[in-house]
Amino acid sequence: MDFDNWALSAAVFIPGIGALVMLLIPRTEETLLKTVALVTALVTAAVGVYLLVQFDYDNAGVLQFTQDKEWIEVIRSRYIIGIDGISLPLLVLSMFVVVVCIIYSWDHIPEPGNPKALLMLILILEVGMNGTFVAQDLILFFVFFEIVLLPMYFLIGVWGGEDRQYAAIKFFLYTLFGSALMLLAFLALFFKTGAESFAIAYLAENAGDIVHSTQILIFGGMFIGFAVKVPIFPFHTWLPDAHTQAPTVGSVILAAILLKLGTYGFVRIAIPILPEAARDYAPWIGLLAVIGIIYGALCCLAQTDMKRLIAFSSVAHMGFVMLGISTLTDFGFNAAVFGMVAHGLITGMLFFVAGSVKDRYHTLEIARLGGMLKQAPHIGWILGFCAMASLGLPGLAGFWGEFPAILSAYNPASGLSEETFRTYMVIAAVGTVFAAGYLLWLLQRAAFGEPKEEFVHDGHIHDMGIYETIAWAPMLLLIVALGVYPNLLFRVTDDAVQAALATVNGIGA
Amino acid sequence: MHVLAQLAADFDTPHVDYHALAPEVVLTGAIVVLLIADLLFDERTKWATSSIAGVGLLAAAVPVLTLAVDGVDRFMFGGGYAVDNFALLLKALFLLSGYIVVLMSTHYVEEGDYYEGEYYFLLLTSVLGMMMMSSSRDLISMFVALEFLAIPTFMLAAWRKRDLRSNEAGMKYFLLGVFASAVMLYGMSLIYGVTGSTLFSEIASGLSGPDSDPIVTLGIVFVVVGFAFKVSAVPFHAWAPDTYEGAPTPITAFLSVASKAAGFVALLQLLFGAFQFRSDVWQPLFWVLAALSMTVGNVIALRQTNIVRMLAYSSVAQGGFILMPLAVIGESDDASKSALTAVVGYLIIYAIMNLGAFAVVLAVARKTRSGEISSYGGLFTYAPGLTLAMTMFLFALAGIPPLGGWVAKFVVFRALLDAGGGWAVALAVVGGVNSVISLYYYANVAREMWFRPVPDGDVTPIRIPSALGVALGLTAVAVLVVGIVPSTVLDVVDKVDPAVLASP
Repeated sequence: MDFDNWALSAAVFIPGIGALVMLLIPRTEETLLKTVALVTALVTAAVGVYLLVQFDYDNAGVLQFTQDKEWIEVIRSRYIIGIDGISLPLLVLSMFVVVVCIIYSWDHIPEPGNPKALLMLILILEVGMNGTFVAQDLILFFVFFEIVLLPMYFLIGVWGGEDRQYAAIKFFLYTLFGSALMLLAFLALFFKTGAESFAIAYLAENAGDIVHSTQILIFGGMFIGFAVKVPIFPFHTWLPDAHTQAPTVGSVILAAILLKLGTYGFVRIAIPILPEAARDYAPWIGLLAVIGIIYGALCCLAQTDMKRLIAFSSVAHMGFVMLGISTLTDFGFNAAVFGMVAHGLITGMLFFVAGSVKDRYHTLEIARLGGMLKQAPHIGWILGFCAMASLGLPGLAGFWGEFPAILSAYNPASGLSEETFRTYMVIAAVGTVFAAGYLLWLLQRAAFGEPKEEFVHDGHIHDMGIYETIAWAPMLLLIVALGVYPNLLFRVTDDAVQAALATVNGIGA
Repeated sequence: MHVLAQLAADFDTPHVDYHALAPEVVLTGAIVVLLIADLLFDERTKWATSSIAGVGLLAAAVPVLTLAVDGVDRFMFGGGYAVDNFALLLKALFLLSGYIVVLMSTHYVEEGDYYEGEYYFLLLTSVLGMMMMSSSRDLISMFVALEFLAIPTFMLAAWRKRDLRSNEAGMKYFLLGVFASAVMLYGMSLIYGVTGSTLFSEIASGLSGPDSDPIVTLGIVFVVVGFAFKVSAVPFHAWAPDTYEGAPTPITAFLSVASKAAGFVALLQLLFGAFQFRSDVWQPLFWVLAALSMTVGNVIALRQTNIVRMLAYSSVAQGGFILMPLAVIGESDDASKSALTAVVGYLIIYAIMNLGAFAVVLAVARKTRSGEISSYGGLFTYAPGLTLAMTMFLFALAGIPPLGGWVAKFVVFRALLDAGGGWAVALAVVGGVNSVISLYYYANVAREMWFRPVPDGDVTPIRIPSALGVALGLTAVAVLVVGIVPSTVLDVVDKVDPAVLASP
């Protein structure tokens, strides 16, 4: 029995075991609970490092560390897991973000306290996130995709802001609606391909025979499921509420990982399995993507709350990712995967900063902030750094997600209208200008100038604490590293992207 | 005298397979022991009747197990009474749900100062009726089984006799139950009139002709309507919320799980057996019943402030989910098989989730003495274990992985899409939308427990009696295991072969 076969299962279920262990520890043993959570996350991350080392980068397009075991024989669903170059970065990102969040939580347990429940929920979330990225069977994917709902519902609802109850249920209802239709689409796929298997690889091979009009319907079901999660305009309305109300770590995980489950679904499932339907949908997905870019940016300009602004910037950024995906080219897909990782790091960081600002100023109203560079210079500079990264400054990670995505629209896959996509390209490029606008304006209002009267003598306001430093440093380093040497990631994703697009390129124009 | 002697000489002693009847015989024995014990025990030792009932139910499960291991389909009384995989699986379900209900009742009945021995006697009698129901392949034995299981529950619903609402519960249930029986019996008589037989297999061949007789249609509709009352499908659900709210809580759990399951078992046997060639008549009927039950049940459940009423409407909606696959039975062999798996699988999983939810309701009511959803406020702060359990049951009912309920919903959708076709897919979409609506009211209770403060500031912990604790533990573990390893249920359900129901 080779560890390679079990590495992925370990990556998925170690957090679950950690959560179970924590269940047995009394609530008052806070330090012990935090230690157990951190050790669990670190062990999981160590498995991630093992995967990074052992991964065969020359065959990144082939599923590796695969395991295929009996699960629900009656419905022909099997426990099939494996990763390729698209899943690997997202899986590792998920493990990494969880570690960072637990470190940050060490002295940042939001009201009403209870680190035991908070950390357990984060670990259960990790089970769902890691599982989604490794699942190669649609039912398994569905189960993991849904596991994240409950913990996130409670994270927002228990530890969130004033409107948390509304935000929590809205998040839950929206995503559940999407996934109900997605499940029906999965079942339709299963029966239309001869009721043989739910394995993604099998379906990608055999779904071509489905009647075209049925393909369109099935893709529509999956589209709604994933689009709500991304979220694509006009399915995004849950996102600003959820993000604004969620506690800091909730927002970070939501932005960094949960949104990627949707885009990952497009790249891994919807498009490779139904390439013909994807081609019909692509111009519309592209259209919604650029609407999202412009709409998100305009909304950002109108926000008075820092966290809500960052939330809307997510809508815009995911628009770039979706634009890259909608081109159905390897260039666009690579940009999209890069964009997912970059957005995860950068927006995650922005939410961390927002959380720390909230801790100190007890408000996130931009008009009341100011002079952060004087009162808490490190936090102020990090905010500036993240804003730069987020607006796509070359040399930082954000650039490599945005710029190639725009560029890919210049030359979409054969069969897609060049005029349409070039129009999208221009609109998206305009969107980057808006992005620079709202981010720099945010920076100017929040960080520059003199501190406001009410906060000048506030003893609460201090610079970065030790846990913030430990948690943030690796994220900032990665943003720089990926920005300076993007090949770090492109080298991993490229082969896998080619493989994912094989079916798309396989059909005649 | 002479005539009688002649008749007796002609009488053929029917072949009785005692192994096949062993579960019923053991349970009857337990019922007799229970009655005698009730006579002999004085007030201080009456609690033992609950143990006798529990042991009796478990003992009756032993022959079910040996029969399942034996694996031979047995038929008696000219094919009117069948002991096959289908019957055995459902007998096991009824016995185990009965056992959980006994565990839930133990302290409730004891502390509430109700008649104890009689309570368990009636409960076990009703279970016996359900066991007979799962073997009935004949209109008469089915009707007898139905009355057998229903009449004790009329009395049990009114068990809290000093409470007006409980009286109302029993009365309403009784009147509507009898009315439904009458309608059903009328339908059965019409079918008997046309086919000249009460045996399902003979009715099936009698109805297999190409021309459709309006009397047959009428008969089938009446029988289905009768059972629609039993499973509280909209628009025949009016009795359910009042009865559920007024009845003693363990009995409510019993009615919403076991009694409802018995109705579905009867429907399955009728649809796969007697009416198998008349799917054109009943398929649209079930389409409408399913869509209405889900939608109406869910929408009304949204407005409830009492947890038992909420669970009552939720059980109407869940009934709608179980009705969905019935609308595609007969589309194709595969679809029929999927539908059978879906209904039986759903019944089993639903029993686990719903019994668990009611067990929590019982436990919480011991402290709060209230059924209002608002009394669950802040439960997490003083009863985290119960909160966790209730959260699991509620979200299982909503169908959220990794809790058991998703498997139930999944197999139902699978059956519909297996049949394919516009109507089936449309019904699946209605079901999908409804599963989202239902989340709102289940999550609403979770919201009270987790996000809200304690309403009266009283945070003394809840003491859970051991029997109730066992019931909670069993259901909680089961709901999680089924959700993560669905094969535990589905592999067993898959062994049920629709062909056995079709032609005994």
